[in-house]
Amino acid sequence: MLYAIETEGITKKFDEITAVNNVSISVEPGELFGLLGPNGAGKTTLISMLSTMIEPSGGRARVWDFDVIKDASSVRQNIGVVFQDTTLDDRLTGRENLDLHGRLYGLDGKTRKKRINEVLSLVELSERADAIVRTYSGGMMRRLEIARGLMHHPHVLFLDEPTLGLDPQTRNHIWEYIKILNKEEGVTIVLTTHYMEEADHLCGRIAIIDHGEIVALDTPTALKSALGGDVIILEIEKPDEIARLCDIYSRNGCANIISKKGNEVFITVENGEHQIPHILNLASSAGISILSVNLRKPTLDDVFLHHTGRAIRDKEVSEVERVGYIIRSRRK
Amino acid sequence: MVRKALNTIYTMWLREMLRFWRSKSRIIGSLATPFFFLIILGAGFSSSFQLPGGGRFDKSYLAPGLIGMAILFSSLMGGVSIIWDREFGFLKEILIAPVSRFFVALGKAVGGVTTSMIQGVLIMIIARLIGIEYTSIPGVLASIPVMFISGIGFIGLGIALASKIDSHEGFQMVMSFLTMPLVLLSGAFFPITNLPAWLRVLVYANPLTYGVEALRFCLLGSSPISIYVSIGVLLLFAFAMIGLGGKMFEKMRV
Repeated sequence: MLYAIETEGITKKFDEITAVNNVSISVEPGELFGLLGPNGAGKTTLISMLSTMIEPSGGRARVWDFDVIKDASSVRQNIGVVFQDTTLDDRLTGRENLDLHGRLYGLDGKTRKKRINEVLSLVELSERADAIVRTYSGGMMRRLEIARGLMHHPHVLFLDEPTLGLDPQTRNHIWEYIKILNKEEGVTIVLTTHYMEEADHLCGRIAIIDHGEIVALDTPTALKSALGGDVIILEIEKPDEIARLCDIYSRNGCANIISKKGNEVFITVENGEHQIPHILNLASSAGISILSVNLRKPTLDDVFLHHTGRAIRDKEVSEVERVGYIIRSRRK
Repeated sequence: MVRKALNTIYTMWLREMLRFWRSKSRIIGSLATPFFFLIILGAGFSSSFQLPGGGRFDKSYLAPGLIGMAILFSSLMGGVSIIWDREFGFLKEILIAPVSRFFVALGKAVGGVTTSMIQGVLIMIIARLIGIEYTSIPGVLASIPVMFISGIGFIGLGIALASKIDSHEGFQMVMSFLTMPLVLLSGAFFPITNLPAWLRVLVYANPLTYGVEALRFCLLGSSPISIYVSIGVLLLFAFAMIGLGGKMFEKMRV
């Protein structure tokens, strides 16, 4: 077996909408692979196909060397899935949830008991294990879900937005568990996220997905350095002058990449510190007034902007989602 | 293969039992309705009505009907609770597991029927405590498997419905349009001999009638429908519904 996951032109259409379009990726065993994209980009649909929850409309996919359609049951035995929304039985205790999971995956009594304690201590829930899940916080539920996904020693673990709606402290905790799992237990992990920091911090390789297609795929470092240096952000007084300014810069060949968003121009250059005076001079000699200048090392935000022409960041939306998640997990 | 299937059924059964145990207060609540029916209707009816053939129409006559009604309610609920599992996410956990969906449905059914039988037996005990005489101990024991096969039929129906309904609202509608006619058109509250023809057809087409009459035979020793016919119809209904429920559940989308 060469790859933990291999897809060839996998596609999913829902009526008129193509949620995933002709995606081919290969993930090696032991990788921590990220699918990064905005909401609705097709990340969840892609991992739903890989985890046999839905059938692809076209193309092929193999997970741990089993075909997701022809051999769905073998795929299921070898994967763990943590869905975006809670899938716990909230009337039962944490331990009971884990025990039922172990039974469904055919673990015998002794193995179950041992493994339950292992996964509970990994996610630091041992003390609350015998409390009813309804009394858990959102973060605890997520941790329990990760623990449950690991019960049967899956080779591949799918995490769909594992930190969606969690506070920063809990998020850091979950990042730690994910790293430990990947490094120490050697579990191949595929996670989806629309948080740049998360993808950057955790993933060995990242596929940027937008409108159902992979637009870029590499290590975070390579993705960022492909942008060609530092990012200078200029805030322009009059937005209608942006096009003219971009034009001046591109004619002068003083930047590798120029893009714009609102009243800001993003310029990617090498040795940003030394280029700023030159760039400002060009603007002032064209009579364009600049309100502020900001220099920074490129982030995945810039990579995303570069590949899709849009920003992924949506802090307010994520607050709404956070509340949504809590409501959904508590609703009863 | 067989072991795996049994394991799946057992796991789903175990879950139902754990949940049942956690909702003890709900169980007590569910016993209230039959209890009041027995006491109040029983007293009210026996003061004015006589059974055809001269027997007294009282709480003893009502007891098997109320057990049947409890079995119907709790079995249908047990099957339809799959809607809740879907709503609150747990269904995904089951569907993603490397087990056959058919046996998942079967396990869910056996679990739901177990809780129905527990409720049925509790009502039977309550009825005995308020003075209803059962004809024989073997009859009382035989009523338990009757509860089981009636319950399986209704839970299969519930699962089949749940696989098609995708909202709470739809569920409410089904419950009111299904349960009340089923109860009223069975022999639960009135003797089914000497009915007008149109009513007779409906009553005899209702599977609950056979459940109630089989219970009446077991507990009180007589019934206008032969016990063999009742059991035969119930078995047929149980197999058909559990087959249908299992098949529909296999095709269900989350």
